[in-house]
Amino acid sequence: MTTTEAPDEDEVRDRIRELLDAHDPATTDKMDFLRARFDAGLAWVHFPVGLGGLDAPRTLQAVVDAELGKAGAPTNDPRRIGIGLGMAAPTILRFGTDDQKSRFLRPLWIGEEVWCQLFSEPGAGSDLAAAGTRAVQDGDDWVINGQKVWTSGAHNSKWAILLARTNPDVPKHQGLSYFVCDMKAPGVDVRPLRQITGEAEFNEVFLTDVRLPDSYRLGAVGQGWQVAQTTLMNERVAISAGADREAGMLGVVANTWRGNEKRRTHELHDRLLKLWVDAEATRLAGERLRQQLAVGSPGPEGSAMKLLFARLSQALTGLEVELLADDGLRYDDWTMRRPEMVDFTGREAGYRYLRAKGNSIEGGTSEILRNIVAERVLGLPSEPRVDKDVPWKDIPR
Amino acid sequence: MTDLLYSDIEDALRASVTDLLADRSAPATVLATVESDKPCDLALWDLLAGQLGVAGLLIPERFGGVGASAREAAVVAEALGHGIAPVPFLGSAVLATTALVACAAAEPLAALANGEETASLAVSLAAMPGDPFPTAVRADGDRLTGTVHTVADAAVAHVIVVPAIGPDGPALYSVTDAVVTPVTALDRTRGIADVTLDDTPGTLLAGPDQAAAALDHALSVGAAVLASEQLGVAQWCLDTTVAYLKQRHQFGRPVGSFQALKHRLADVWLDLVTARAAARYAVDALARDDADAAVAVSVAQAHCSVVAVHAAEEAIQLHGGIGMTWEHPAHLFLKRAKSDEIALGTPGRHRARLAPLVDLPGPVA
Repeated sequence: MTTTEAPDEDEVRDRIRELLDAHDPATTDKMDFLRARFDAGLAWVHFPVGLGGLDAPRTLQAVVDAELGKAGAPTNDPRRIGIGLGMAAPTILRFGTDDQKSRFLRPLWIGEEVWCQLFSEPGAGSDLAAAGTRAVQDGDDWVINGQKVWTSGAHNSKWAILLARTNPDVPKHQGLSYFVCDMKAPGVDVRPLRQITGEAEFNEVFLTDVRLPDSYRLGAVGQGWQVAQTTLMNERVAISAGADREAGMLGVVANTWRGNEKRRTHELHDRLLKLWVDAEATRLAGERLRQQLAVGSPGPEGSAMKLLFARLSQALTGLEVELLADDGLRYDDWTMRRPEMVDFTGREAGYRYLRAKGNSIEGGTSEILRNIVAERVLGLPSEPRVDKDVPWKDIPR
Repeated sequence: MTDLLYSDIEDALRASVTDLLADRSAPATVLATVESDKPCDLALWDLLAGQLGVAGLLIPERFGGVGASAREAAVVAEALGHGIAPVPFLGSAVLATTALVACAAAEPLAALANGEETASLAVSLAAMPGDPFPTAVRADGDRLTGTVHTVADAAVAHVIVVPAIGPDGPALYSVTDAVVTPVTALDRTRGIADVTLDDTPGTLLAGPDQAAAALDHALSVGAAVLASEQLGVAQWCLDTTVAYLKQRHQFGRPVGSFQALKHRLADVWLDLVTARAAARYAVDALARDDADAAVAVSVAQAHCSVVAVHAAEEAIQLHGGIGMTWEHPAHLFLKRAKSDEIALGTPGRHRARLAPLVDLPGPVA
């Protein structure tokens, strides 16, 4: 690429054709194809040239995905590497050094190296800035000690993004730093954390004298909170836009209704219709948000989508179990398993009901998201923060 | 492809109505107007119709109107709802006008387009699309007899469009000398009246081949546009309550800093996000004559009715004592929201209409 202007749709289409001409998806090895796609700048077109992108408008990604889909090209299975794509990559792009970007982004996108997230701790959930996992400098290394929790995919991951305390003597937001953690390093102990569903989709991760080179630090020492903000913003940007009517949980529950004629009651019928209307209005809000993004004027509606999604899935799955009546008393399987990825609409009604309880907790509780809406969108004042100016080590815990 | 955004023209139209209302019809003025012996603000209506052309929005150019669609009517309704303006937009410029356009009634439309006259559609404001054709009025030749209750904007109407059952079946007539008896309304910002016809002469507008479809279309457009009015009502409630909670102090803090209160406002804001999308979809589907319009309209009504009532009830509660007073305008919005919930179909009736449309049948009898 020698042009300085952002490529337009025609140029992107040219590049797609070139890629497909040189690497016929029918005869090319999956990983080879993905590497070639990355090197052609068609991985994430809004990323810089040389890092899998073309500096093109983000909206052109849809063109790439549609064209490559039509050609039967393999994908990088984005759900399997969601944390890497959605959280680690934008953070590395924004705060990483050139060496870090070229080391990490390509294997991340291709799916050769899976990423997980080491943020939450038993004592730092909603109050993430209170995290107490310590990072102490020792020569060119950092020595990490602490416990992380709710780490999905830790057992399959090569890398983690890690938030750790480098200075306990300053207020909590100022003493954090952000690292890339090698999950195969000595001292990293991953233990399954069984959930109310019976599965262990998440893990606890114990870090004991784990040594990380200083070259694994993202951003400046003490800048960890700002770096983490980038990660979290991207986590919550996940939007179910462009979905069809009755996609997702609504379709599952509506079909259970259609298949259970004898179990229908008037009371459940009106509740289902209410939820159908809510889900349709939410789908339209997602579509409206997508249209706003496409014309480059994102509204604050993005922060609404996760809240709406959590409320809906919980109400829908609760109704489904109730509708099933005596069959709602059953559960498919309590065996402890470690799924490679989570499917909210998978398995049976009881599982869906229990799993949906996590939707209002994971990735920011609904209560924290309401604070964000109230403070950042509506401009209401925050609750008084008693720990704001207190050194972290002096905060009661 | 549906377009759920506002065009620049739509934004400009909303802004011009909002500006005019800010200038001429602050909530205190509205309260004084509805308590006077002329509760409908016809001077304001003259400005809206004459300067901004809102009366002729839904009238095709060949009948002297603007030839716009439900999308543009909806942004006007949003602004009028936000300003709780006591003008006959819904009854005249939307419901009656849409019925007259469906009948290609050139003569009354010409007078409506420039705002010289207003009209009303003689159905209960509680009627909804999909209802059976009303049978309250009987036609015998060109003479009509019967009573229709709770008709919107009838008291100020020059022309009343009357659905009646004639010897051949459903028909629509225009009537100019019905007996109109205003009703003491829950929402005094929208006049409702009983319309009585006693061997009253009418002019046939549409016979059995057209009348039911024309009426149903008018009710559909009315219901879709009403959803945007409800959006405007809810937006005022949210904006005003947020502003108050930033300024009101108790326990040494702005009360808006308490999570117990701010979370409730966040929920109202969430409601507005989905209500706006549903309301836009309904009018856009009508404007495009989309096969999904019936679903779109009932989704918008079932959703926006609930959202507006919730926003208004939260506004009253979160304002505390001041919200319960006559002087504070919040009650005007509560009364409008609650009446709008019934208007053009309650949420429950729209859900019942949706059930067969979206293949969610009820219990077997």
